[in-house]
Amino acid sequence: MSETYEKPQPVIDPGTRPFWDAAREHRLSIPRCRSCGQHHFYPRELCPHCHSDDIEWIDASGRGEVYSYTIARKPAGPVFAADVPYVIAMIALDEGPRMLTNIITSDVEQVRIGDRVSVRFDDVTPELTLPKFTLDKD
Amino acid sequence: MGREAVIVGVGDLPLNGGRIVGGGSILQVQARAAKAALDDARIPMSDVDGLLVAGLWGVPGPGLLPSVTLGEYLGIHPRFADSTNIGGAAFEAHVAHAAMAIEMGYCDVALIVYGSNQKSERSRTLGGRPPILTMQFENVWGIPQPVGGYALAARRHMHEFGTTEEQLAEIAVATRGWAALNPAATMRDPITIDDVMNSTPISDPLKLLDCCLVTDGAGAIVMTTADNARAHGSTITHIRGYGEAHTHWSIGAMPDLARLTAAEMASRRAFEMAGITHDAIDLVECYDSFTITVLMTLEALGFCKPGEGGAFVSGQRTAPGGEFPMNTNGGGLSYCHPGMYGIFLLIEAVRQLRGEAGARQVQNVETALVHGTGGTLSSGATVILANN
Ligand SMILES: [Zn+2]
Repeated sequence: MSETYEKPQPVIDPGTRPFWDAAREHRLSIPRCRSCGQHHFYPRELCPHCHSDDIEWIDASGRGEVYSYTIARKPAGPVFAADVPYVIAMIALDEGPRMLTNIITSDVEQVRIGDRVSVRFDDVTPELTLPKFTLDKD
Repeated sequence: MGREAVIVGVGDLPLNGGRIVGGGSILQVQARAAKAALDDARIPMSDVDGLLVAGLWGVPGPGLLPSVTLGEYLGIHPRFADSTNIGGAAFEAHVAHAAMAIEMGYCDVALIVYGSNQKSERSRTLGGRPPILTMQFENVWGIPQPVGGYALAARRHMHEFGTTEEQLAEIAVATRGWAALNPAATMRDPITIDDVMNSTPISDPLKLLDCCLVTDGAGAIVMTTADNARAHGSTITHIRGYGEAHTHWSIGAMPDLARLTAAEMASRRAFEMAGITHDAIDLVECYDSFTITVLMTLEALGFCKPGEGGAFVSGQRTAPGGEFPMNTNGGGLSYCHPGMYGIFLLIEAVRQLRGEAGARQVQNVETALVHGTGGTLSSGATVILANN
């Protein structure tokens, strides 16, 4: 945990607070629609699949697979410069939704689409935890 | 038909090294572009009663009112305004909206304007937007914006269909070939597939020469009724069909990263309205924010099947002299890319349809398809134009 974390931090709002609060407790919590049974991510007021407002939060398994990824060879601004090269991945969670995140690995070149991944919580400040992922093969 | 909406004027400002010659504020450059298009149309500014403006500029503070701000600056009182901003495809949508407004009699002369001085103001970075609202789930991860989202799509397309980086490079090389024929283009020196492959890696698998330029630019389009056009002696470009759609904003919400759903929806409607098939299209101007944008757009427009875009663009098929002329001004990859590029696709298509494109003129062009893409493969808008 660094003393000063200068990267972008989410501007948490009432609709997204349950996700970030859960992350601080090292839980990956995502919304599930009681009407159609499907999960979604990011959290919304209405289910994006059936538009019901009957939504609950559930703890996801934290498992999934790489749907796509890119290796940043140039940083997204100076605050990420020290991390280059780093992996931004879109994970297809086992519950269905896709989420953007980072894959933490010592070898960015080994990431492949379809790789199995597991969540790993990165406590970047006392108030903020980012759910990142590791490769099961790593 | 009763009132037919047509395009009668196009104008853009000369660039030097990607900067607008003579410079100017964001309002000045848009006023100059508007005057150029109105002069081209032989219609006075005082006749403009519809104003369509989408910009990345604005007076800081609550709300952005670009059409209201620019209308005041131009000294006009529009009775129809549209500030629809769906990203770089906004101007193709503006043509559609203006056509509907003109044909309904809601306005008589519509002016579509865009300007950007992002290069001169050095306002562009890869850092993206503040991590607020939906962006709190995108920009905390350090995804370079907007290239990272396109890179995710490119990687997925390669995975599903075997598309290669060399095939993407074909598009950059062919587009540079057209730019070499356009004196207004920013980058005109020929490049090879190897040059693209060896260019600076940005966000795998996309490299520097897969990416559009960062330049200034300003352009404008004038539309009116065919009857009014004849009364002014304007050169007429007909609008045969149009369509638009958007599917997501966050790349995480794109329905399928290997398919450009918005372009499928928009172009299907445009072809239906025009009542023509792909064989009737002589020229394609399609948004090239990145090489992968073009490849996915060609598939989505139906010029080839899903997954066959790589083979379709191979062998310099879209280059000068190739069998599929495309992005004939040198595109966003080599001509200019001032933040939102879509208006320049339309301007180039009109010039080609009029036979005014000089050394890069494509022979026997009667029907052209223009397709804009905005956001991160988010929005699409198609316009089919014809000169008879
Ligand atoms: Zn539902």
